[in-house]
Amino acid sequence: MAALTREETESLIQEVLEVYPEKAKKDRAKHLMINDKELESSKKCITSNRKSLPGVMTMRGCAYAGSKGVVWGPIKDIISISHGPIGCGQYARAGRRNYYVGTTGVDTFCEINFTSDFQEKDIVFGGDKKLAKLISEIETLFPLSKGISIQSECPIGLIGDDIEAVAKKSALELGKPVVPVRCEGFRGVSQSLGHHIANDSVRDWIISNRDGKPFEKTPYDVAILGDYNIGGDAWASRILLEEMGLRVVAQWSGDGTLAEMENTPNVKLNLLHCYRSMNYISRHMEEKYGIPWMEYNFFGPTKIKESLRKIASYFDDTIKEGAERVIAKYTPAMEEVIAKFKPRLQGKKVMLYVGGLRPRHVVGAYEDLGMEVVGTGYEFAHNDDYDRTIKDMGDTTLIYDDATGHELDEFVKTLKPDLIGSGIKEKYVFHKMGFPFRQMHSWDYSGPYHGYDGFAVFAKDMDLTINNPCWSMIKAPWLQPAETVEAKAA
Amino acid sequence: MAKKLRQAAIYGKGGIGKSTTTQNLVAALAEAGQKVMIVGCDPKADSTRLILHAKAQNSVMELAAQAGSVEDLELEDVLSVGYGGIKCVESGGPEPGVGCAGRGVITAINFLEEEGAYDDELDFVFYDVLGDVVCGGFAMPIRENKAQEIYIVCSGEMMAMYAANNIAKGIVKYANSGSVRLAGLICNSRNTDREDELIEALAAAMGTQMIHFIPRDNVVQHAEIRRMTVIEYDPTAKQADEYRALARKIVDNKKFVIPTPVSMDELEALLMEFGIMDVEDSSIIGKTAAELAADALAA
Repeated sequence: MAALTREETESLIQEVLEVYPEKAKKDRAKHLMINDKELESSKKCITSNRKSLPGVMTMRGCAYAGSKGVVWGPIKDIISISHGPIGCGQYARAGRRNYYVGTTGVDTFCEINFTSDFQEKDIVFGGDKKLAKLISEIETLFPLSKGISIQSECPIGLIGDDIEAVAKKSALELGKPVVPVRCEGFRGVSQSLGHHIANDSVRDWIISNRDGKPFEKTPYDVAILGDYNIGGDAWASRILLEEMGLRVVAQWSGDGTLAEMENTPNVKLNLLHCYRSMNYISRHMEEKYGIPWMEYNFFGPTKIKESLRKIASYFDDTIKEGAERVIAKYTPAMEEVIAKFKPRLQGKKVMLYVGGLRPRHVVGAYEDLGMEVVGTGYEFAHNDDYDRTIKDMGDTTLIYDDATGHELDEFVKTLKPDLIGSGIKEKYVFHKMGFPFRQMHSWDYSGPYHGYDGFAVFAKDMDLTINNPCWSMIKAPWLQPAETVEAKAA
Repeated sequence: MAKKLRQAAIYGKGGIGKSTTTQNLVAALAEAGQKVMIVGCDPKADSTRLILHAKAQNSVMELAAQAGSVEDLELEDVLSVGYGGIKCVESGGPEPGVGCAGRGVITAINFLEEEGAYDDELDFVFYDVLGDVVCGGFAMPIRENKAQEIYIVCSGEMMAMYAANNIAKGIVKYANSGSVRLAGLICNSRNTDREDELIEALAAAMGTQMIHFIPRDNVVQHAEIRRMTVIEYDPTAKQADEYRALARKIVDNKKFVIPTPVSMDELEALLMEFGIMDVEDSSIIGKTAAELAADALAA
């Protein structure tokens, strides 16, 4: 059962497009679609990974955000320098809640903003010398750091600094990897290119560092890719893999280390959670080392069960039995969670607008609680993401790519969801409109949401949000009857 | 009553003699009692050496880098006074191949304005700008509220004329949104044939004037070796009178126009008319030597 019929959804899209000028209307129309599960490919019905229109409010980030914020930032024992003026590093600092174990400032560094703090003179005279000095200062102050990445902000690309030369020279002096990353924010159309650039820099400067060096392998070695340990997600995933008998060699990159990444070419199977941000390095390891990779989904017991079995299918009976054991162990606890929360959430409608994997991956978790996703979309997906999404969504679900502020507002007004899951830029708009909202990028200061443990937290959070009595009390003053406002003023 | 400050910028192809012409011109103006300032907008910082008898003046950006930032500088740190009371400033910038020289020009000019370098006493400010206007920074002197009159130094050589025409295109862009105008071409002679007529013709086509024709004279080089202008080195030289004439024409100049740059075809037609360029033979374009030889055999 969908919220709207196909015809109603179609007319909603037309209505929303009506306000745009002719050219913008034509462009935006290509980014909005109504789902049809029968479709083989998304190519004919949605366009993605294109430049946002000038003048609209897009929610996208930049290449630097994709590289520093997503891929490189969570690696805990290396130091990622935000190379350029101070704002990019400072406003991106510790915002994604990538949990890690370690002593910050001694052997782990994720929450600290390292920046070259570019000044006017660095723009005019170039920043290479400053960068070299900064790197040697890092070595003095933080000798336990295992490596350095240089995350280029926009001006570095504009003035043509040779960070590769600095990186090569510093790496020799330090005896540690120093990785130049050309993730200038003006490159590409969204943070998506930043993921790709970050993957490529890992490929070029990290992945083969330990080729040919001894490593004690087991037949059960796997790596977790594309889990950034937001609110502890990777931990809640890792324990399940370990309980079923696998050995997790590396976490990319939440709570991950440089050594883990360098050892990843030894694993039997790469497990890919966020396809968008790490499919590139997965494909590379498949090509170069022959390591297969598979996508899995650890949101909600149904998908977890499917995923555990799919993972086990790559291994022998020990692991297959292990997967069944894990499923059997956690199923009663999950049934309890569902018994408690499903009656409170049954039939509630959800609209999502998020990033890499969640617009499709969390659908199963909502369905486990009897909820329905009536609209979903990605900030920076490509068509291979939409190919996957079509299969996971109900027929006639509204799908929006790089949605604008206007489109989201209007869709929400018509679809009237019981819950909206999106990012910090959208959060307060919908709060003020009186809609229950969860921040689905960093779990609204909560989490984990992955794994069985995560599902219990997820279910509780959704209940707390949707059934919070505050929503019925929010009404903008100008929407209240005049006498109420006057009475208050008096 | 405060005098009206005139701000002028000198552009032209690299190596055409902008800095030499500007400094000799400015010296002539100073000799005639005008209060003048030169702002060098070139990372090489060689726009004031003939006035100051110095190798290269300490530049705004160099001093700012040493002090920490441009906010740490005082005007007197960067301003030197040379021959005839001429005030000299160099914006400066990075060595070739690093950083952003254009940003250096922007920073330096903003600094001068904020520090009140353009005081009421001044009659003229001259910006001597790097030959190739490669980015927005080198167009800074012709933006709103900076130079209103632009002089382009050129010669009868083909590339100098191409460059002059391109600079005029840049002026059109800023002239439409601001008050900058083309004030004339200064022909710095290279002794090419019918050079004066050619530049007169080019100026006419661009809607402007050749304000002065400066003949070639070795005394300029003799003075330069001594890091002096001709005006100072040998005031009696015939060449000194040429610069004095240019100075007088600039003081009296009233012909400020939005230029009408010519198309490539028009420019080439002009060059052919004066025999600088051969009439194009379209049958040989894209042919290798071997192909041409084969063609010749066939014929």
